[in-house]
Amino acid sequence: MFLLGRKVGMTQVADADGRAIPVTLVQAGPCRVLRIKSLQSDGYHALQIGFEEKPRRLASRAERGQVAELERSATSQKNKKSAGAKVGGEPSRVVREIRFSVDPVGHEVGNILTVDLFDGKKFVDVIGVTKGRGFAGVMKRHNFGGQRASHGVKKCHRALGSVGQNTYPGRVHPGQKMSGRFGVDRVTVRNLKLFSIDKDKNLMLIRGAIPGPNGGLVMVRFPKEPPRSQV
Amino acid sequence: MINKLIQEVETKFLRPDPLKFEVGDTVDVHCRILEGTKERIQVFTGIVLARRGAGTRETFTVRRIVGGEGVERIFPVNSPKIAKLEVVRHGKTRRAKLYYLRKRVGKATKLVQRRAREDKVEVPSSE
Repeated sequence: MFLLGRKVGMTQVADADGRAIPVTLVQAGPCRVLRIKSLQSDGYHALQIGFEEKPRRLASRAERGQVAELERSATSQKNKKSAGAKVGGEPSRVVREIRFSVDPVGHEVGNILTVDLFDGKKFVDVIGVTKGRGFAGVMKRHNFGGQRASHGVKKCHRALGSVGQNTYPGRVHPGQKMSGRFGVDRVTVRNLKLFSIDKDKNLMLIRGAIPGPNGGLVMVRFPKEPPRSQV
Repeated sequence: MINKLIQEVETKFLRPDPLKFEVGDTVDVHCRILEGTKERIQVFTGIVLARRGAGTRETFTVRRIVGGEGVERIFPVNSPKIAKLEVVRHGKTRRAKLYYLRKRVGKATKLVQRRAREDKVEVPSSE
């Protein structure tokens, strides 16, 4: 299961043994189930969940239609099959679809998903979009070592060095790591320890760092492959 | 600026009995040490050189001379490992970080002058 949330920031807390644990706060959910796709209706199983509200005046007709039936002309109403139950209420700011290989039983349109889902879970996967670093050099982007600070090196202390051979092959191999746009990548961090959850404030304390800026959108999910030692 | 939510979470992990001391004080830090399965209290005595950070990340540095060698330990203020902290002597200071003491040897380190106990120590957040 997934939950959409926002990264609040990092801090440090003490565990039972008095060790300082670095944790990231994620305000996750509540998310509403907006629509359920099934093998019969769409050819695959999925849940559409929405997070946060969006003012009606900012929402497109499609976004409003996702939560409530729109008024249509008589002809289009006749031709259009109903898309199924709608949740009602305000449109969601963030809508994501979660695919399932099997029918995710026990869900209904309008259900509210909260951090309760993660009660008792030891690990989580977190998906986020990393901070954009613009056009970055090869040292920052690919962890190259750069060149020496002295011993005759001039004006290329952070340069990448050689990119290939000579006449043969006479070209640079595809995939050669060079400078370029860095960041704004979707990154999944797997099997982060779940330190604790706060149901009242919809907070999750996750051990370690997660991608993205504070306030950035993140997805927290059940671990896809939990560590074998503990399930 | 610290986020409100972070602050709320941190308050849960702050010690119920805030440590009262200032930079320049000579303190006894009673820390819990786990030896095998037994818990023991070890005392580290020295001068507080610095106090930095805020919330659960606040730490302080204590310096002492062991066998002619300067030893500094950095403790998290809110560590549950600190059982007790006693102020042995107050030192008079004119700055917040006493790193200059590292260069001093012998008598120059020993006394930063005494000072009568002020009310300020009782209420740490007066200014």
